[in-house]
Amino acid sequence: MPAGLYRALLTVAGAAVAIVLAVAISSVAISVAGASPEAAFAALFNFGESERAVVNGITSMINRSVPLFIAGLAVAVGFRMNLFNIGVEGQYRIAALCAAFVGAQFSLPAPIQILLIIVVAAAVGGLYALIPAVMKVTRGVNEVISTIMLNYIAIQLAAFLVRGPFTGERAKGQLTTSTPTLPESAWFPNLNGLFEMFGLPAPRGGGLWGFLAVAVLLGVAVWVLLERTKFGFEVKASGLNPMAALAAGVKPKKMVIAAMVLSGAIAGLIGLPEILGDKHNFGSNFTPGLGFLGIAVALLGRNRPAGIAVAALLFGFLDRAQGPLQFANVPPSVIAIMQGAIVLLVVVANEITSRMALRREERRAARQLGRHTPVEVAA
Amino acid sequence: MNADAPATARPAVELEGITKRFPGVVANHDIRITVDPGTVHAIVGENGAGKSTLMKILYGMQKPDEGTIKINGTEVSFRTPSDAIAAGIGMVHQHFMLADNFTVLENVVLGAEPKKAGALDTARARARIEELSSNHGLHVDPDRLVEDLGVGDRQRVEILKVLYRGARILILDEPTAVLVPQEVDELFENLRELKAGGLTVIFISHKLDEVLSIADAITVIRRGTTVASVDPREVTARQLAELMVGSELPTPETRESTVTDTVALSVSGLTMEADGFRPLPKGTPVAEYTAGLRAEGRRLLLDDVSFDIHRGEILGIAGVEGNGQSELIEAIMGMRPAHGTVELAGADISSWSTLKRREAGIGYIPEDRHRQGLLLEASLWENRVLGHQTRKPSRRGVWIDRRAAKADTRRIIDEYDVRTPGVDTLALALSGGNQQKLIVGREMSGEPVFLIAAHPTRGVDVGAQAAIWDHLRAARAAGLAVLLISADLDELIGLSDTLHVIYRGRLVARLDPSDVTPERLGGYMTGAISGSTAEPAEEEA
Repeated sequence: MPAGLYRALLTVAGAAVAIVLAVAISSVAISVAGASPEAAFAALFNFGESERAVVNGITSMINRSVPLFIAGLAVAVGFRMNLFNIGVEGQYRIAALCAAFVGAQFSLPAPIQILLIIVVAAAVGGLYALIPAVMKVTRGVNEVISTIMLNYIAIQLAAFLVRGPFTGERAKGQLTTSTPTLPESAWFPNLNGLFEMFGLPAPRGGGLWGFLAVAVLLGVAVWVLLERTKFGFEVKASGLNPMAALAAGVKPKKMVIAAMVLSGAIAGLIGLPEILGDKHNFGSNFTPGLGFLGIAVALLGRNRPAGIAVAALLFGFLDRAQGPLQFANVPPSVIAIMQGAIVLLVVVANEITSRMALRREERRAARQLGRHTPVEVAA
Repeated sequence: MNADAPATARPAVELEGITKRFPGVVANHDIRITVDPGTVHAIVGENGAGKSTLMKILYGMQKPDEGTIKINGTEVSFRTPSDAIAAGIGMVHQHFMLADNFTVLENVVLGAEPKKAGALDTARARARIEELSSNHGLHVDPDRLVEDLGVGDRQRVEILKVLYRGARILILDEPTAVLVPQEVDELFENLRELKAGGLTVIFISHKLDEVLSIADAITVIRRGTTVASVDPREVTARQLAELMVGSELPTPETRESTVTDTVALSVSGLTMEADGFRPLPKGTPVAEYTAGLRAEGRRLLLDDVSFDIHRGEILGIAGVEGNGQSELIEAIMGMRPAHGTVELAGADISSWSTLKRREAGIGYIPEDRHRQGLLLEASLWENRVLGHQTRKPSRRGVWIDRRAAKADTRRIIDEYDVRTPGVDTLALALSGGNQQKLIVGREMSGEPVFLIAAHPTRGVDVGAQAAIWDHLRAARAAGLAVLLISADLDELIGLSDTLHVIYRGRLVARLDPSDVTPERLGGYMTGAISGSTAEPAEEEA
């Protein structure tokens, strides 16, 4: 069996075992909470009776997955270099706010309008991530500490701006404040056509966010960048062995800044699916916590775009069940327990399987060479 | 030549049929050794022959898969080093395990402190240490800080440490590797005293002259198994070496000189301060600035280092480790800022980045291949790209040219005899010698004009060592300039066209490798022979 295939199979097997164990642990938690595990797991898979309900379920799962996937990518770019960008949370919030505000100031043909909003979001996210990067390379400030602190600043700053300078007109009876609503040219077309192609009814509400297509392209682009380019090689080398990278002529400071800004720029896009596809503004009830979940998603996906996609879909699948669980009389916080258990166990499983794969590789090399067999005793 | 116990006393250590397997590798196989009490018993073998594994087994750090260990006639089974210590076995590691900011006394008692009312009983500790040192002739001041001690003294502290714990059987793992000849003599004096005191010493080495001068019995290990037990009075170094290697010995000697008149690399006035780089004040020449620093009594890691290396020349730098060798490499590679100028083929590269220097044709075989030379968890072809990520054949525009990189890795595997299942194998799966051959092949790629070879054969097997020496010689003949830094004096003397000695950051002597003895070299390396006036340089061919 080729080493690559073996490693892939081992990873999948490890993840499967981890998920089974996570289900077992969650069952215990559900029982302790006084609910029935069977009912809970039935609710997870219960997408509803009618075709429309199923379509709605799938849509809300994918809509949840898209920002998680982008968040996972953002975190993974840093992780590849052993840079812990915990600041994705702050970066996406401030970027989403600025993009929503700037996007509402003008009206251009749709493709240009949307492209401009994407560029603004990426630029703001990247610039905000530049702060900890510069602090790290000039003063040696640990990026974990600085990004956590910058998260607080970003979150409070966004809250202030949305109530003050960036606030839009509040409709009668609306309880939340938000930025001005985007012109229609900034509304990303939905992908409901996909369902209609299969003869299914369109989902209700905002439908399947069209930003899904951007996310897929982004995933492919990140994969190409990390796996096929010189820059990606330098990121990998710096992550695996910074000393060797330095001796090989990779400039460590440049790499820290580049990786951090790239991570922040991707983080800037996290809020766009929701803004462009559904809300059309940034409000005080904007979805929080995506940056932190992105850390878990990146861990689960082993920092690889394909793995992150699977992890994001899994998280989306679990999050979708919040409603059905409540109908089944199961506390929806069970989802958080399951997600936590899965991440923890998958990380452990990854560690075990990668060690197994390394050992196998060593054995295989030794066996193929057959050089380590002791010689005949000569005296 | 079987030196089984002469049956006068029970053997202090008896190993019978010890076998230890690691995944895919048999590290030890049917080892049989009998060590008589009150003797110095040497275990010799090449790097990677299995000596270290054997000692780890004897010291309880690893469990043998098969075989028995008897200490003073009693069969034992060690689970941890504590069991071995309890049985009276002590180990002096090759790399010292001392706390630099503690005194000798504190280091000796660390982990086995005599206590009085919960506090360290200094008086009792001191009395015991003084008793031990006077009984065994191990003279060290118990109140000095370890960081102020020389290498020889540190080693004595290590020996005191194990004696303090009641060891009667001492294992010394390559104790002379870090010592210069004069210190080796002192160590042997100590060992003779220990022997006279009835202690048993197991002495691991691959330096045959030393082994012959100190050992009462010798066991030879080759490829994981004991191949002979010999009496040092009946064997020559040559015979011993052949037992060890099992084939004809490689020698590092270079044949005829290939030194040309063209300077490939010129270093002048290279100076590095210990407490960080400060830019040169405007208008001050480096020499003046350096003199100023020296007058202020600042510690300099590199002190006005100047030399030229010509095309086709190997310039060797001898020195005890930590005298500025690493700093010199870092300065030439542009990894650490320094004063002074570095010129490559006539161009001043002092302000160039590491990458630009590499692109201009500097190759670098690092002293620690795992730390600086390899991405262990990446494939061989990716390791081939490392350091060449901006050059052909690894790069095509912004892309890494995987196909070309793999093809070129195959070329290196063939030309440098890297034993590997393929180019996609992870680097960590290869043995040290094969990893090193890959690095040598990589650094010789892209037609370098100048190569830094730092300890190029450290920790590799004899076959790989000979191959690497051949490659260096061939490259030298083809006009490559090489800076060779090594702790192996034979390698330095054998390969170099010119030999410099570095001591406390200064080049203190320039010697002719054709008529220098390891003893004289050792004298310069320790500063025992004052070297401010180097002997006249030999004529260059």
